[in-house]
Amino acid sequence: MKLTHDMIERNLGLLIVLVVVVIAFGGLVEIVPLSFQKTLTEPVDGLKPYSALQLTGRDIYLREGCYNCHSQMIRPFRAEVERYGHYSVAGEFVYDHPFQWGSKRTGPDLARVGGRYSDDWHRLHLNNPRDLVPESNMPAYPWLAKAPADDQGVAAKMRALRVVGVPYTDAQIAAAADEVKGHTEQDALIAYLQVLGTAIKKAQ
Amino acid sequence: MSQFSSSFWDWYIGVITVLAIIACGVFLKMQSTRRVPGSGTETTGHTWDENLGEYNNPLPRWWMWLFYITIVFGLAYLYLYPGLGSYRGSLGWTQVGQLQAEMDEANRQYGPLYEKFSTLDPKELSTQPEAVAIGQKLFMNHCAQCHASDGAGSKGFPNLTDKDWLYGGTPEVIKTTITQGRQGIMPPLGAALGEQGTKNVTHYVLSLSGSTHDTLRASQGQALFAQSCAACHGAEGKGNAQLGAPNLTDKIWLHGSGEANLIETISKGRHNVMPAHQGLLSEAKIHLLTGYVLSLSTPVVTKQ
Repeated sequence: MKLTHDMIERNLGLLIVLVVVVIAFGGLVEIVPLSFQKTLTEPVDGLKPYSALQLTGRDIYLREGCYNCHSQMIRPFRAEVERYGHYSVAGEFVYDHPFQWGSKRTGPDLARVGGRYSDDWHRLHLNNPRDLVPESNMPAYPWLAKAPADDQGVAAKMRALRVVGVPYTDAQIAAAADEVKGHTEQDALIAYLQVLGTAIKKAQ
Repeated sequence: MSQFSSSFWDWYIGVITVLAIIACGVFLKMQSTRRVPGSGTETTGHTWDENLGEYNNPLPRWWMWLFYITIVFGLAYLYLYPGLGSYRGSLGWTQVGQLQAEMDEANRQYGPLYEKFSTLDPKELSTQPEAVAIGQKLFMNHCAQCHASDGAGSKGFPNLTDKDWLYGGTPEVIKTTITQGRQGIMPPLGAALGEQGTKNVTHYVLSLSGSTHDTLRASQGQALFAQSCAACHGAEGKGNAQLGAPNLTDKIWLHGSGEANLIETISKGRHNVMPAHQGLLSEAKIHLLTGYVLSLSTPVVTKQ
């Protein structure tokens, strides 16, 4: 039996099977090996899993949709490296589930915002960006300063992340609620922002 | 050296990719048909609406050749660029290499420009329009977020356009501030002074600059000031540039003027951070920024 175009087009089942085979080749070659690529699966030197407070802040980052305007991915181009610092490497994101690379930059990239501004700057800026940068079009997030951070859910989140490979210790998980307790959502978010991209600091 | 946990994956990628491309060629060849001259036109055999048929013509030749060209392109690409497992490609192209080339090109182009300025004294730089223009660009990217785009700062972030300097306004000091950053710490004194004590000190501090104050409270606050504040701000309240303690006798207030702001500052303390820019900016750029910062507080002399 000769496999002809005519036959494939008239036999729907065969067409489906062949289409799946064709698409599978792309996935097999481009996706499957990534799980075995060292630069993608091994953390860079100095990378630590997010602390309980930072992790709480990360979830606020997601909840408020910060990724809609801020990317966390410095591409290896001069324009980006000169403005933001060393280009991002995959090993910096191995504890991010999911990573916050983003694809939209209404605001600046935040991959290396950690340590760039003081905590006080972030407080004022989150309450009302225009107090510091009159030209800014970033929305204000004043409620973060008043809302207490969720200290109950964080231990469960850390346990879940441990399942997917983030090396949290039992002691860290046990202390998680106490670490977050008494902090506002703003504190948590700032703690998260201040650690972004600090694992590798390389002179330009 | 393989970037994978096992070299199996290099082969896996390479073999599947090459086989897939070869298979594309084989299928293309297998499915190509040619019209036999004189045999008439073939139809698919379906008939719709009584007399509508569908031709079953071979692919147009130019279109079929495009498929072959993509196969050739794919193979050429995989020969030139990295794509087949650990094979690096004959051009030796890498992402990081491309960035490095871009940076080298920029250094070649702009290096002499920076070189020219880095030998000049920052004071002189502040008078050169070209240097100031470059400095302004750098300032907008790296400094304006805190010090504002005109350099006038805001509450908690120093104004760079007045002649009042926390750490001193010489070019060397400004350069050190940009390079290494600063930590300005005012300890919280609310608990030590008590509510009334804090208020009294506040009014004494207000009196230092001749601001509106309660004279009775100010006189009561004087001793407390000598005890708790003079170590950093000086006996006369003129500040200390070594510590970055502000001068309290001018009417320039970093954290806001008036009783309420001062009470907050004194009782809760302040922790001001200027981040270090070492590593983020090259020395030549910091040099140009120093010149620009100096130019902000220097009145522009326009020569007519």
